[in-house]
Amino acid sequence: MIELPPPNPAVLARRAEIVAALRALVPDTALGHGVIGDETRLKAYETDGLSAYRQPPLAVVLPTSTAQVAAVLRYCHQNGIRVVPRGAGTSLSGGALPLADAVVIGLMRMNRILEVDYDNRLAVVEAGVTNLGITQAVAAEGFFYAPDPSSQLACMIGGNVMMNSGGAHCLKYGVTANNLLGVTFVTIEGEVIEIGGGHLDAAGYDWLGLITGSEGQLGLVTEVTVRILRAAEGARAMLAAFRSNEVAGQVVDAIIGSGIIPVALEFMDRPAIHACEAFAHAGYPLDAESLLIIEVEGNLEEQDILLGKLKEICGRFDPISLRVAETAEESLAIWKGRKGAFGAVGRISPDYLCMDGTIPTGELPHVLRRIGEMSESYGLQVANIFHAGDGNLHPLIMFDANDPESFRKAEAFGADILKLCVEVGGCLTGEHGVGVEKRDLMGVQFTRAELDRQRAIKSAFDPAWLLNPAKVFPLDGLPAAATTPRAA
Amino acid sequence: MTDLLLPPDEASLAEAVREASAARLPLAIEGHGTRRASLRPVQAARTLSTRGLTGITLNKPAELVLSARAGTPMPEIEAALAAQGQMLPAEPPDFSALFGADRPATLGGMVAAHLSGPRRIGPGGALRDQVLGVRAVTGDGEVIRSGGRVHKNVTGLDLCKLLAGSHGTLGVLTEITLKLAPRPEGSLTLAVRVAELAAGVRALSAGLGSPFGVSGAALLPRGAPALGLDGPVALLRLEDFLQFLPHRAGALRGLLDGHGAVSLVEGEDSLALWRAVRDAALLEAAPEQAVWRLSVKPTAAPGVARTLEDSFGARLLLDWGGGLVWVAGPATEAAHRAVMAAAQAARGTFTLFRAPDSLRAAVPVVPDEPAALAAIGARVKAVMDPMGILNPGRLRA
Repeated sequence: MIELPPPNPAVLARRAEIVAALRALVPDTALGHGVIGDETRLKAYETDGLSAYRQPPLAVVLPTSTAQVAAVLRYCHQNGIRVVPRGAGTSLSGGALPLADAVVIGLMRMNRILEVDYDNRLAVVEAGVTNLGITQAVAAEGFFYAPDPSSQLACMIGGNVMMNSGGAHCLKYGVTANNLLGVTFVTIEGEVIEIGGGHLDAAGYDWLGLITGSEGQLGLVTEVTVRILRAAEGARAMLAAFRSNEVAGQVVDAIIGSGIIPVALEFMDRPAIHACEAFAHAGYPLDAESLLIIEVEGNLEEQDILLGKLKEICGRFDPISLRVAETAEESLAIWKGRKGAFGAVGRISPDYLCMDGTIPTGELPHVLRRIGEMSESYGLQVANIFHAGDGNLHPLIMFDANDPESFRKAEAFGADILKLCVEVGGCLTGEHGVGVEKRDLMGVQFTRAELDRQRAIKSAFDPAWLLNPAKVFPLDGLPAAATTPRAA
Repeated sequence: MTDLLLPPDEASLAEAVREASAARLPLAIEGHGTRRASLRPVQAARTLSTRGLTGITLNKPAELVLSARAGTPMPEIEAALAAQGQMLPAEPPDFSALFGADRPATLGGMVAAHLSGPRRIGPGGALRDQVLGVRAVTGDGEVIRSGGRVHKNVTGLDLCKLLAGSHGTLGVLTEITLKLAPRPEGSLTLAVRVAELAAGVRALSAGLGSPFGVSGAALLPRGAPALGLDGPVALLRLEDFLQFLPHRAGALRGLLDGHGAVSLVEGEDSLALWRAVRDAALLEAAPEQAVWRLSVKPTAAPGVARTLEDSFGARLLLDWGGGLVWVAGPATEAAHRAVMAAAQAARGTFTLFRAPDSLRAAVPVVPDEPAALAAIGARVKAVMDPMGILNPGRLRA
């Protein structure tokens, strides 16, 4: 279990007064209450995508403008009150997990698309616009917003910026950082700063790059300028099944070595294949040890040429089956199992932890073998889904949440996998963020001195450590300002 | 001549920085010093160069990853990648001719200045986005790492991005790990003769808004006489497998119909043309002129260009769909004020990229930051370089 710091009793004691003060800053609107203070309604905000951890906050504020966000932050700063930013609450690492003495600032009502500019290929949107909502706003003109996390229907661009979210298609189009031009940034003191905008690159320090993926540690983002891209003429997928993980790993190397960068290159191991097939009936071969889904883009003729080359490469590795989609419908059928993977695993086991490490792609067979051994010794099933082109591994560890021992084991198993990722030259998290989930593992990847330097940079933005506390950085070694009870 | 420190490895570099920090003696940080005439003159009696730290330390073509020490000359890295059919997707420019330097830039220098070439216009084209990991020495002489050698990594604060573009003021880069890309089999260029710059930016926007994969979009106000192209010319580059190019070029040509007469530039001519765009050689800045680099929204660029042409007869070269505006003009404070005002009016940014010391010392070489951000910046600087000894004055007075 991950420890959360004790709440500040002085803040808890002032709860009614704090709620009243926040109400003055964020009044009710036609959309509903600006501030939520009653305990039953606070329950809705007690957790995020890491639902094993729950903690209702002191209050929830639902601002509708940057000015309101700034006013709330200014008030919290002046009164020494902790703040937890929240988008859609889809974080799988507990990035939006509240604290008992913290005010949650929910940005879901800031959901307007402010500007779409096709000539400059950008859109300006508020932080609470969903990831898919951006694409939907520009799809009629043939454009899209590239990063596509699995939660794209629900997750919000503000959260994407804070976690530097990825997706299945970042092999070609990059992660959130590659697709950002600017943000409206609000500091803990309530200062509103425009960073970047419609142009590329800063002339001074790259604040946009530092803020992206900072997990709410440095400030809040209320508006975002994203790149929009013209979609390719078409896309098609193929499926290739192999007799071992080693062979599939060699196929991935051979594809990348051929000069083809597929738009997606997804790997599933035997347990994942079986779970997905039972759920989605996508026609996956059940005698395979590993399966690749490879997607290419271009016009029909280009797709044919690329898929022909890929088929030839896969053919050299004694595949069990090779299926090239001839139509968009057949592509969808190939993707159907993979896209339903989380639901599929959820059907086998009501509870699972979705891990997120990255490894050098050449280490895949070794890492999967070790994960298999750990699965046996922990007595817990695991299914592996992998963005094979960029090394981002998602083991789904199945456990029983009603059995505390099972949960404890699942967490220990997950930690062992992430330590293994670091050991082979990878990292703790490729796209889900550290959050609370991996906080206590940061010492595996970084030295104490490196963590101290990162903490000091946080202090430069947030000297009193009010922003999203108890996330990212291990609790031992925090600067005095983070642990001293603040005046309330 | 300033004293030159040439540590042979990271440990001795860190030791040199620690000693300088203890003695509070500022250091100018450089690789080969290619761009010494860029930004503000550094106020330091001693120079610390990374040029002793050379060599590729990791090369994994199948994983699209390469690491090299910061002092490695760029041509060495590019030759190694060419030999394995790969490249740096950022297309880092070679500014040695622009600065009259006799040595090529180092990897550390390119990353520290965050310089990307024409491919920057695509989402994979920023050098900083290809920096997967760094090792660096902080101003108090400590070796830190950020990132790693894998493509997707969101573990902890991204100090790679903070250090890329910090111009050696927050740390001395010692080793950098980069993401690679396959070298495209072929490339060609469509040259569109346009009536004026705004029409040129419209042609570039049409190409960049197409599904045909335009990987370069530049605008030459005075054409490319060497290729027989006079008057304003918009250039659109396609790169891909050879067998894809004829169809793409045909489709793009159809789309550009109505923007101006289109001609095709192929083979070595096309490659040379984009090198000349990348290195700002086509700006044809005279040796005594100052050179500025502005970044604005592409559609704002023609207005900026007109203003600066009217103000001091600026020579211009536009890249990144129009958004990167190279300007050459007299090395005077009046010209600099005009550039600053034009960048501000366009809500963009500027860098005084090349100028005599006297001008660079007298004016802001990059825009000022809002007070709240400047205060954060000062605190971050104090975290990374507590004694303020790294490249003092390089970015701001």
